[in-house]
Amino acid sequence: MNAIPGIVAVNTFREAVRDRVLYNLIFFALMMMAAAVLVGGVSIGIERDVIVNLGLTAISLFGIVMAIFIGVGLVYKEIEKRTLYSVLAKPIQRWQFLVGKFVGLLLTLAVNTVLMAIGLSAALFYVTRKFEPGDGTIVIAIYFILLELALVTALALFFSCFSSPILSTLYTLGIYVAGMFSPDIRDIGMVTSSPVVKAVAKVIYYVLPNFHNFNTIAAAAHSETIPLALIWQNTAYAGLYVVVILIAASAMFSGRDLK
Amino acid sequence: MSTPAIKIEGLTKDYAVGFWRKKMRRSLDHLDLEVKEGEAFGFLGPNGAGKTTTLKLLMGLIFPTSGSAQVRGRSIADVSMHREIGYMPEQPYFYDYLTARELLDYFARFFGFSATERQERIGKFLRRVGLMESADVQLRKFSKGMLQRVGIAQAILHDPQVIFLDEPMSGLDPVGRREVRDIILELKKQGRTVFFSTHILSDAEMLCDRVAVLVGGKLLGVGAPKEIVSMEIHGMEILFEAQPGSPLPPKLTEGATHTGDRYRIEVPEAEVYSALDELKSSRARILSVTPLRPSLEDYFLKLVGRQKNVASSTEVVSSGAAR
Repeated sequence: MNAIPGIVAVNTFREAVRDRVLYNLIFFALMMMAAAVLVGGVSIGIERDVIVNLGLTAISLFGIVMAIFIGVGLVYKEIEKRTLYSVLAKPIQRWQFLVGKFVGLLLTLAVNTVLMAIGLSAALFYVTRKFEPGDGTIVIAIYFILLELALVTALALFFSCFSSPILSTLYTLGIYVAGMFSPDIRDIGMVTSSPVVKAVAKVIYYVLPNFHNFNTIAAAAHSETIPLALIWQNTAYAGLYVVVILIAASAMFSGRDLK
Repeated sequence: MSTPAIKIEGLTKDYAVGFWRKKMRRSLDHLDLEVKEGEAFGFLGPNGAGKTTTLKLLMGLIFPTSGSAQVRGRSIADVSMHREIGYMPEQPYFYDYLTARELLDYFARFFGFSATERQERIGKFLRRVGLMESADVQLRKFSKGMLQRVGIAQAILHDPQVIFLDEPMSGLDPVGRREVRDIILELKKQGRTVFFSTHILSDAEMLCDRVAVLVGGKLLGVGAPKEIVSMEIHGMEILFEAQPGSPLPPKLTEGATHTGDRYRIEVPEAEVYSALDELKSSRARILSVTPLRPSLEDYFLKLVGRQKNVASSTEVVSSGAAR
């Protein structure tokens, strides 16, 4: 990796840590402990399902909230506070700064996710007293959550290049929610008789990131097999989408006047 | 002929204003300027004159509507040129979760210095700006003056050949101002080019080889402070102390300002000797005799006044958008 984005990434990670972003782990840990104790006492045979479902949903939710709320301020805050002025006066291209910011936040989210995954494993072990081969699907589900977070971070960063945090939050959240219903949008196009609606639904379906495919929480909770093809498909899809969004963000940011 | 340190040709910046952003406001109007290597160059002008706009254009923080500029022969669009320049923004603000040492380390990394070299440079420049004792304090606890010093340290950390400082003295106490002045003089002594904007004219008079005056986005004059400020003397100021029991001639005390026995009078240059003779016969003690010249400040105010009289509106209406 180019050294300059790496320098920015490490600093972005340091900022998140010093801003006590990882404190959310305390809430997660408390929630998982409470869930483990409660589920262990009341559920019959579905303890694993409940813990996995709850844990993975929380990991995803905490991650999405962090990605959006930190992501929308990544560039905007630097421009508003004028911290960017001294940075861009150094031998650094604007795209390198953006990529660094992206990688830095993703690194923060990855550390956060891994720590939460360890918490989930501990809660699961407390309830079931064993690990099963089917638990591998939990790892895949967490990997998909990370891919999802990479996409959301790229979107938030893109909007952060030209819009205020409030609007960027609305745009990113809107695209995330719409992307979760991506198959439904496609279905609308299939069942409608209006050629206009059909065409619009098709365009939206292909343009919007399909977040639905990243959600394998239910499959992991029920230890269902996740097809191997889905792993590489999701990886390629997220990777390509992130690259396209970062290129668009760089193009927009590179020509922007910093007021 | 050697390559100038800074060469600006027809640099113009328009900003889109208004709700529909169709109206354009000209912030910088066809600026042409050359700064030689090793010069200390003052960029003068009142607030809103276009000084910061020029510096931001040179740093690539904003983009020109038209015109071009080169630093040491390289276009300002070439980011690798930033290896040779240092920049301190106006009222600098840095990552406040970092300490001064960490911030300088972060910036030094962009230049590819090794860990040992970074450590040496950081120590050297923190000492140079008088912040060694606060090196490990988070910047959120720094005063405005301390941040200004960090700003200077980060601008010269990599030994750049051309240093741009935007209002380097603002927010500093007298001691801080003297220290910054010393740093600028030291950089000049080392052969570096220092280009700094200021609206404090005494700083420019004291430090600069040449100055440029910018008002309303337009360049009004370039020259040595002494060229801009006429050497013509328009009077003499005499400070003296009256002796008790020796009355002063009414001619001298009319229009004089005084505190107790100390008087200050202004006389035409041709009358200075007769005034001194009269003071001598009154046994007054002469404290000082100073020629009165129009200061850079007077020149500056005259130019601003002239500019206002011309009433040149800097607003032009255009449907094109600024970059």
